[in-house]
Amino acid sequence: MQIPYTVETRPDTGLYNAKLGIWLFLASEVMLFAGLFSSYILLRTGSVAWPRHMLPVGLATLNTAILIASSMTMVMAWAALRMNNWARHRVFLGLTVLLGLVFLGIKLTEYREHIAAGELPSRDTFFAIYYTLTAVHALHIVGGLIVMLYFLGPGSRLWAQRPEQFTNRIESIGLYWHFVDFMWIFIFPLLYLL
Amino acid sequence: MDNVAAIGQRPAHEEPHEQPGFLRRYIFSLDHKVIGIQYAVTGLLFLLFGFTLMMIMRYQLAYPMTPVPLVGNLLSPANAAGGVLLPEFYNQLGAMHGTVMIFLGVVPLAIGGFGNYLIPLQIGASDMAFPKLNLMSYWVYVAGGLVMVATFFVPGGSAQSGWTSYPPLSVIASAGQTWWLIGMVLLITSSLLGSINFIVTIVQLRAPGLTWMRLPFLVWAQLGASFLLLLAFPPLEAAGVLQLMDRVAGTSFFLPSGLVVSNRLMTTMTGTAADGLASGGGNPLLWQHLFWFLAHPEVYVLILPAMGIVGEIVANNARRPLWGYRHMVYSVGFLSFMSMVVWAHHMYITGMGTTLAAFFQTTTMIISIPSIVILTSLLMTLWGASIRFTVPMLFALAFMPMFGIGGLTGLPLGLAPSDIHLHDTYYVIGHFHYVVAPGTIFALFAGVYYWFPKVTGRRMNDVLGHVHFWGSFICMNVIFMPMFIQGLGGMNRRLYDGGAMYLHNAELLKWNVVIGIAAWTLGLFQVPFIVNFFTSIRWGRPADRNPWEATTLEWAAPSPPGHGNFDTTPAVYRGPYEYSVPGARRDFSPQSEQEPA
Repeated sequence: MQIPYTVETRPDTGLYNAKLGIWLFLASEVMLFAGLFSSYILLRTGSVAWPRHMLPVGLATLNTAILIASSMTMVMAWAALRMNNWARHRVFLGLTVLLGLVFLGIKLTEYREHIAAGELPSRDTFFAIYYTLTAVHALHIVGGLIVMLYFLGPGSRLWAQRPEQFTNRIESIGLYWHFVDFMWIFIFPLLYLL
Repeated sequence: MDNVAAIGQRPAHEEPHEQPGFLRRYIFSLDHKVIGIQYAVTGLLFLLFGFTLMMIMRYQLAYPMTPVPLVGNLLSPANAAGGVLLPEFYNQLGAMHGTVMIFLGVVPLAIGGFGNYLIPLQIGASDMAFPKLNLMSYWVYVAGGLVMVATFFVPGGSAQSGWTSYPPLSVIASAGQTWWLIGMVLLITSSLLGSINFIVTIVQLRAPGLTWMRLPFLVWAQLGASFLLLLAFPPLEAAGVLQLMDRVAGTSFFLPSGLVVSNRLMTTMTGTAADGLASGGGNPLLWQHLFWFLAHPEVYVLILPAMGIVGEIVANNARRPLWGYRHMVYSVGFLSFMSMVVWAHHMYITGMGTTLAAFFQTTTMIISIPSIVILTSLLMTLWGASIRFTVPMLFALAFMPMFGIGGLTGLPLGLAPSDIHLHDTYYVIGHFHYVVAPGTIFALFAGVYYWFPKVTGRRMNDVLGHVHFWGSFICMNVIFMPMFIQGLGGMNRRLYDGGAMYLHNAELLKWNVVIGIAAWTLGLFQVPFIVNFFTSIRWGRPADRNPWEATTLEWAAPSPPGHGNFDTTPAVYRGPYEYSVPGARRDFSPQSEQEPA
């Protein structure tokens, strides 16, 4: 039994199944982050005094640049497959994973310094929402990295059998990765700058 | 007898393949039909479990401070001293009755069960778009359900802050609440996986010729409900994460400054609420907003599949096309959208300003319109029809007035001035139970009787079906109608002694006995259903492909459909409800038949 439109697009909708699926998943992710952002707004507008400039802007700017760069390498990894260049794809997907890991490393350094300074989530609502938002985001990075490592490892065997389907899969994880970066673009100014 | 052979028979077109083992075929199957049956049976079991919790509570309400017969002695002394329920345990039963019924019973049965089984069949597909996601969604749901049930066995017992889990109470509650939150995160994950799968399947896997306006109404209803699950559940997940942080990491998202618990001011900067420590600065109303942003759309997740099922059954048994099919479809879309902007009508007594209240009152009045359009269309379908009063049709017909009562009694709750009087009284309980119990659950029973021949190849027994229907119908009304009287009299919900401590309830207490007796009788009237369900699988009257002479695609598949569903990929030539077409040979013209038969 074969399920149709796993690889080829359905003519009247112009989509293959996984592409619609990943977009729907991202729609629900938007609502998840919208819930957290709304909480941030409500807590901040309801507070007597909101702490500002508590976080290292320099490190976070570096992290922003790293994530944007990883989005670019992600696109390159996908484009390489479309151009049938397997070696190039491996390099760029590997780079994306590496950049993601560097992001997490910097994030952990930040956490460690806050914890050392006694700035725990229980200190005030600012640190509460800071830890929650960035940790939920970091978990999304971890999830993306696991999937990419799978495509670097055992998942890559699909390329030999069904290259088109493998390309679709890289496109899907790419869409997810861009979304995770995009959320960081909101989180960065909300917590670090404003 | 030939039917027994038909069960083992496989569609001729199928390429030969290895017969999977027992585990892959029945436990971890990728087949949407097996997963649908798993969802439905698990959902039915949870419905029975949730109902049992309520039957125990109802004894305490009817006869306060007397030992509960039968089960009283089985409960641990920590929950029921000498067979008499303790207040903490009463609260746990109440919170878990709501949680189990909604998240573990009705939604998994209506969406997971009926949706999984019927959507691919009704759109002429061989399976769901993502079979592995489907399998995962079911087992994550089971894990969530087990976590929920296990909360009864953690120290301090289960969640006891109501199914709404309002803080600050829920944040300072015992450990069961933490597990409740973890269970909810699992259930939300499960419904997310399921809803993506449903939407992709409906959009991508429709058979050739099955255009949008030829989709059965049930498929539209499931599509609307799936979008609600997809978009409304994540904010509750966010809220669940925040409450988990409050309970575990000592944050104060929902704990205001100056909160006093057991005569102790919670001020210290670090520590968790359980130790009496909180930084404060949070907002308990934030939870209510995030919670009801899910929980109002959830109401429509409960009612949309029910409307869909009733639509199928009414058209089939009235032998007429659904009156105003297009308007019903548009109503589903409008209803789904509007359900996202009515949530704060659950919060009128929080002291919101009149401007905000005016907005939510207006949207609440508007959202009643599409529901009325759908209900009116169902009624108009009956107009002048020669109705077949089959068992599924009885349940479907009962759905209409029951849902009507539930809907209309909701209007005073949507208006702030009357809601402020009625809020948190038994009137509210009566209102939403009319929607969900004799409303949605009757529709689900109708669906079980209607599609049973498709699933098993055999019909259910009519006599037992009639006993089940009439008994349930009478008991449901005896249970929920007096609640309006109690609520209008000012009797509050969630009272351990049923309200005896308040003088103004004195005249209303007698109804607690009536409701209790009706609830236990309702329990007895489910026995014929359970007996019928299991005996009919083996000894029911054999049914052919299309026992109800219906038109939609699932009836073109064998009963039960084999792996891959259809003999050949069906093509669709007409709309879903072409009954009694003038000039046709028969009074039904199936979607998959080319010439008017």
